[in-house]
Amino acid sequence: MTILLLLIGLALFIAGLFTWAFMWAVREGQFDDMDSPAVRILLDDDTAPSRNERNNT
Amino acid sequence: MQRCYHCDDQVPHGTDFTSTIRGDRAVFCCTGCQAAAMFIEDAGLANFYAHREQAQAATLRPAENKFEIYNDRDIAAPFVTQQDNQQTAIVYISDLYCPACVWLASEILQSRFDSIDVAANSGTRRLNVTWPRGSAGLGDLLRCLSRVGFEPQPVIAGQTSDPEREDYRSAIKRLVVAGIFGMQAMMLAAGLYAGEFHGMQTSTITLLRVASLVTVLPIMFYAAVPFFKGALRGLRFGKPGMDVPVSLALTLAFTASAINTLTHADAVYFDSIAMFVGLLCVSRFLEMRARHSADDQGEAIAALLPASAVRISAEGQSQTIARDHVQQDDLLAVEPGDIVAADGVVTHGAAGLDERLITGESRSVSRKIGDKVLAGTRVLSGSLTLRVTQTGAQTFLGDITRLVERAQSDRGTLQNIADRLATPFVITVLCIALVTGVVWSLIDPSRIIPVVLSVLIVACPCALALATPTTLAVTATTLAKRGVLLTQARILEVIKRHTVFVFDKTGTLTQGRPSIKAVDRIRAGFSRSDVLAIAAALEQDSPHSIAAAFEPFQDAATLADSPSTIRVGAGVSGIIDGKRYRIGHSAFVTALSATQCPDDGGIFLGDEHGIVARFEIVDALRADAIQTVRSLREQGHTVVISSGDGRAAVAAVAKQLDIESWHARHTPADKLQLVENLRADGQTVVMVGDGANDAPVLAQSDAAIAIGSGTALARASSDAIIVGESLAPLLEVIAFARRSATTVRLSLAWAASYNAMGVSLAALGWISPWMAAIGMTASSLLVVWNALRLGKTEKPESLQSTNELATPPADWPKVTP
Repeated sequence: MTILLLLIGLALFIAGLFTWAFMWAVREGQFDDMDSPAVRILLDDDTAPSRNERNNT
Repeated sequence: MQRCYHCDDQVPHGTDFTSTIRGDRAVFCCTGCQAAAMFIEDAGLANFYAHREQAQAATLRPAENKFEIYNDRDIAAPFVTQQDNQQTAIVYISDLYCPACVWLASEILQSRFDSIDVAANSGTRRLNVTWPRGSAGLGDLLRCLSRVGFEPQPVIAGQTSDPEREDYRSAIKRLVVAGIFGMQAMMLAAGLYAGEFHGMQTSTITLLRVASLVTVLPIMFYAAVPFFKGALRGLRFGKPGMDVPVSLALTLAFTASAINTLTHADAVYFDSIAMFVGLLCVSRFLEMRARHSADDQGEAIAALLPASAVRISAEGQSQTIARDHVQQDDLLAVEPGDIVAADGVVTHGAAGLDERLITGESRSVSRKIGDKVLAGTRVLSGSLTLRVTQTGAQTFLGDITRLVERAQSDRGTLQNIADRLATPFVITVLCIALVTGVVWSLIDPSRIIPVVLSVLIVACPCALALATPTTLAVTATTLAKRGVLLTQARILEVIKRHTVFVFDKTGTLTQGRPSIKAVDRIRAGFSRSDVLAIAAALEQDSPHSIAAAFEPFQDAATLADSPSTIRVGAGVSGIIDGKRYRIGHSAFVTALSATQCPDDGGIFLGDEHGIVARFEIVDALRADAIQTVRSLREQGHTVVISSGDGRAAVAAVAKQLDIESWHARHTPADKLQLVENLRADGQTVVMVGDGANDAPVLAQSDAAIAIGSGTALARASSDAIIVGESLAPLLEVIAFARRSATTVRLSLAWAASYNAMGVSLAALGWISPWMAAIGMTASSLLVVWNALRLGKTEKPESLQSTNELATPPADWPKVTP
């Protein structure tokens, strides 16, 4: 019984922690655009060589 | 026929613009596109072309140099926020839909400017740009974006609280809270169910129930708040929607469970509450995300007006000022090519004006001293001084916007099917609960409360409430992938089996820009490319829309010796290599050589010895216009043309498309009247248009579709936007309207029969809590699955064949300009 009490408390604490982390991320704008970052990584990757060239010159 | 590498437009015959992009040979339609592509290639960003969505290509337009003005500190001031050593501006790009474009927009700025920070958002189509003070002007940034083909529009700082973004963020927060705490509630519920089968100490049960109560608190009092608010709003306005039964079910389930927890009585429903709220949050969030936000009306107007105007002071000095600083009674000077910034009266000079934006007619109108000039009209020739009578929202253009707003509020929000069911549903459930209570008071008074509660809870309209939003979310996402952006889901309900489609002509059925169909009567000694180059050189500075047809043929070797002179309604004259030329209508051209030539509607080029060549200029039909109109009619819809253009031109288009019902010379008021008459006859009217003058009509019809390359004002007043140059997606909208209506009806039928069955069993006292929970989950999942099936529908065959038609036959249908 006591261990159940402890575990429930712990679960709620962790749930609260995650909620706080999510709230922070939303406030920071991490979730504002959920479409382009997925493509961005592909585009950036492909372009890498020419970017390096540009930086070297 | 080849397509332009940059804008996907058709490459005109006889032009040769090629470059090497990413190691391949690329062909372009004009110098503008070529320059834009080279600019992107030089920045090392040409990868963009491989990743962008095809429909988006058509929104890239060659650059226009009108942004220098924003480098002026005073003019840029309202758009820029200064902080420490940084300045921030928000730039709105109405075509920023696809992820690759978002990437290109931010990368091009980062590659051109040092220590610039760009946060782009394809949802709101805004770029948030921060850059060090004193390094570059706002105009430089806008110019850089426009060189790629975007049409940037700075947003006035301070207006940018962005309620839409706040709504979006709070929807995510609620979703996350419902999810995290829902999982906790489910876990505890699993323990309780296990206990029910295997036996559990009462104290343990109480502990688990109290814990469930605690986890459900944030769900009830945070995540579910919008439903309660919606229900209250619905009740206050006498239009109870689906939120009412949802709130009722939530309140009852929560109260009953809380009381049962404290009194150690039978059955708690915390898990059902968690799941219900969780699923509703998910479906509403998906719907919100899938629906594209419409353009803001204010910004749409701003995009039609110039950023600055030239004011003449009392001492006669001219000074460039920001549009927002223009005041009543100011004297403004306008030159050819300028767009008038405010309504006014001409006090000096005379000019030919293009009032297409207001009247929809593509003919130039001459205005002289004492005449009224409207904001948003373009000066074709001559220069004017005007005294400002009205500015900003008081202008005629502002009136159009208000007309749009009023028409939209008249149209009201159609309640969706589920919402219409809500009221009878609530009444029925309450009646059944009452009857059940009375009957059980006769059978076994001790079971009244548990049985009545289980009736109310089993009746919880989860599946019913989920049916519409999930279907809409899937439909909107699928349509977006096929080139249609939904801004109002209502359009899907509006389109019926028999609908009247009213098309604007210019820019909707046709491409909206002239192209050269034929060159004939070339005088011996001149080649085809010679005459085109001469014509292009003459037309180079002409703001008339016909000049655009010659633009691709500009040749660096053939240039006018001095700027050409433009005669409104007649043509252009100029000197090339010491020889005098005229281009335009036959009478004007032959006057130079004192010869005669019948006017057959063509455009003539002539010198002092007579006609040199004749050009046939057409506004070609969109490649798939014929096919689309035919399909519409085969499906039993009626097609009507209502255009501001002249009779001959409209008749020609109508004949091409085999449309019997057409109207020419229609002013926006005529169009409104037409739509109202049709609606008075009980017809459902869907308007398809693209111009700012179409905006009030778009708003007044039952539903409106704008062509993506149209003006921002047209987009702002429509329910769906077709991205790109093709009309065929219109058929997709219709197909999906029908399919989604079927899906919603199927889901609703299922949900209703499930509820009816559940309620009868519960009224008999046969339903235990775990049965109710499983039934509720299963029926909700079934509804979600039913909606997801929509996304998998293949393109119908007729649409696939129209896609092939996107490359038009060599012989274009003839349309007179």
